[in-house]
Amino acid sequence: MDETYDIIVMGTGLTECILSGLLSIEGKKVLHLDRNDYYGGDSASLNLTQLFRQFRGGEAPPAELGRDRDYNVDLIPKFMMANGELVKILVHTDVTRYLEFKQIAGSFVYRDGKIAKVPASEMEAVRSPLMGLFEKRRAKKFFEFVQNYKQEDPSTHGGIDIAVTPMQNVYEHFGLEAGTIDFIGHALALHLEDSYLNRPAFETFDRITLYMSSMARWGKSPYLYPLYGLGELPQGFARLSAIYGGTYMLDKKVDEIVYEDGKVVGVRSGDEIAKCSQVICDPSYAPEKVQKVDRVIRAICLLSGPIPNTENADSFQLIIPQNQVKRKNDIYVAGVSSSHNVCEKNHYLAIVSTIIETDNPQVEIQPGLDLLGPIVDMFIQIADISEPIQNGTTDQVFVSKSYDATSHFETVCDDVKDLYKRVTGNTLVLKQRPSQEEEQKEMAA
Amino acid sequence: MKPVQVKLVLLGEAAVGKSSLVLRFVNDEFQENKEPTIGAAFLTQKCRLEDKVIKFEIWDTAGQERFHSLAPMYYRNAQAAVIVYDVTKASSLVKAKSWVKELQRQANPNIVIALTGNKADLVSSGRSKSSSEDEDNQEGEENQDEEDEDHGVTREVPTEEASAYAQEAGLLFYETSAKNGQGVAEVFTEIAKKIPLEHVLSARGRGASSSSRVDLQTGGGLGGQQHKGVCAC
Repeated sequence: MDETYDIIVMGTGLTECILSGLLSIEGKKVLHLDRNDYYGGDSASLNLTQLFRQFRGGEAPPAELGRDRDYNVDLIPKFMMANGELVKILVHTDVTRYLEFKQIAGSFVYRDGKIAKVPASEMEAVRSPLMGLFEKRRAKKFFEFVQNYKQEDPSTHGGIDIAVTPMQNVYEHFGLEAGTIDFIGHALALHLEDSYLNRPAFETFDRITLYMSSMARWGKSPYLYPLYGLGELPQGFARLSAIYGGTYMLDKKVDEIVYEDGKVVGVRSGDEIAKCSQVICDPSYAPEKVQKVDRVIRAICLLSGPIPNTENADSFQLIIPQNQVKRKNDIYVAGVSSSHNVCEKNHYLAIVSTIIETDNPQVEIQPGLDLLGPIVDMFIQIADISEPIQNGTTDQVFVSKSYDATSHFETVCDDVKDLYKRVTGNTLVLKQRPSQEEEQKEMAA
Repeated sequence: MKPVQVKLVLLGEAAVGKSSLVLRFVNDEFQENKEPTIGAAFLTQKCRLEDKVIKFEIWDTAGQERFHSLAPMYYRNAQAAVIVYDVTKASSLVKAKSWVKELQRQANPNIVIALTGNKADLVSSGRSKSSSEDEDNQEGEENQDEEDEDHGVTREVPTEEASAYAQEAGLLFYETSAKNGQGVAEVFTEIAKKIPLEHVLSARGRGASSSSRVDLQTGGGLGGQQHKGVCAC
């Protein structure tokens, strides 16, 4: 470890691993450390032993749960948008080659005490109980408007400039009902609360477009999921980094970030010091440099069957919009199962999560837990959502944001791009890596 | 005959010659004092047998084994593994054995494993020699190779010991030299023969259960946008 590096990265969460990979490709000498003996940090997927170590003080997992290796339990509930930024990064870096992906079977929304499917096709939309006949016509007009809207072509604007007009006014223009607005804003645009109504509409238009284009890529749902759990994603990017010379050390305690004249010069672990001119780390490695912006509760639930009223889907997203349960923030339920190689056959995993609003967070997620059917076991995690206080350019220590309450990786990719810009001074331009065949030819030549 | 794709992973302590073995197999070449692995995601090489063609997708550790930080993703779904040790370094066999355990605990239950004692050229001038050459009087006698200066050229792992262990653990066993090519092709050919094809087919997801798997490279419904402009046929 006593060497000089360009950059030391601490924590092997997805954000850190993507950056480590991108910077190694560019020829930077990277040392990547993690205090845990597994990859992934807060975005890891744990086997049973690791899960019980983390949540049950090392208690042995009950034998009836099956083999350790059959479990890859995600700590955060997120899916990949099929047309989102993470997919683009995976394709451009060729990391997609190391992993296998499956679709999430369906997206559902809670409405008036019932679970309804978010329509995945025109046919499903026609049959959907979510709207009455006349409302469907109004909604159709609204979606056509969103789809055809082009900022540079005023003839598509219908007198509305979405760069300034609040989303609320656009809904009103189309005469949409409150239930439909809830559905569009929360189940399609994936807003977690209602403050967006007063912000310019373009933000929501972009989100609806992302949802629709993601849905259009493979159908069924807009979401993809890596086999063996989300923890495969950071591992894939860590491999990319290693292939380009990145050095990996797990199970390595970090005692201190060392500064000279207000700038970072290295990282100390025991009596070893690795020198560097820049540090990238997750909030847990620099607690004094971050502030708490929210708190989330996540209940990881082990189930014995698919959850009721989801057409026996092997995987799903279920959104409980805040208005439906008189809250400020939505409750999300993310479900996966053995068909994604994350748990033993016949078991299902669901994470119920929300941003905490009261002193009794477990009561807050009860409406979500009530929809799951029998719960075999439950692991509750309460986590701070933190972000860096400073942008890192002064001392060259760049801290990532915690994984937030959104159900996908779009904000993670925003953070990656933002950090990349601050670290390198350049805007991230994704270049297509040579394919494996091209690489092999080059090596043979 | 359509080749069957097989993921093969290399495991073993740093500097036992994992990458060199692959370079010998794939490109039939050897680089003296090769730098630690850098640059390739994996290499491919076809192996033709009478009844099938196996296309090996050979994954290298990319150096992640150096500080015991190899990601489980690496050997996920591997149908074959070559676990390499250095015949001149007893501790490398200990490490090899721990990899066998790890694979038996975590990997695909049908995985075909070959245990390979590399750098055989350092301790014998030809393949006909028996393992009696681990006797002390052989030390430094015939080989001034600098490939691994730290521990000279004494054989530290007798062939019988490794072979007996391999048999007990149900592994294929070879001694190889990436430098002169001894045994290298045999390792891969024997693995190819032992790969149970029906498991390969189901493991690679060509069965019914694969219906919802997606290939990000080909891009799905709107895939045209993402396509790299390379012919997909």
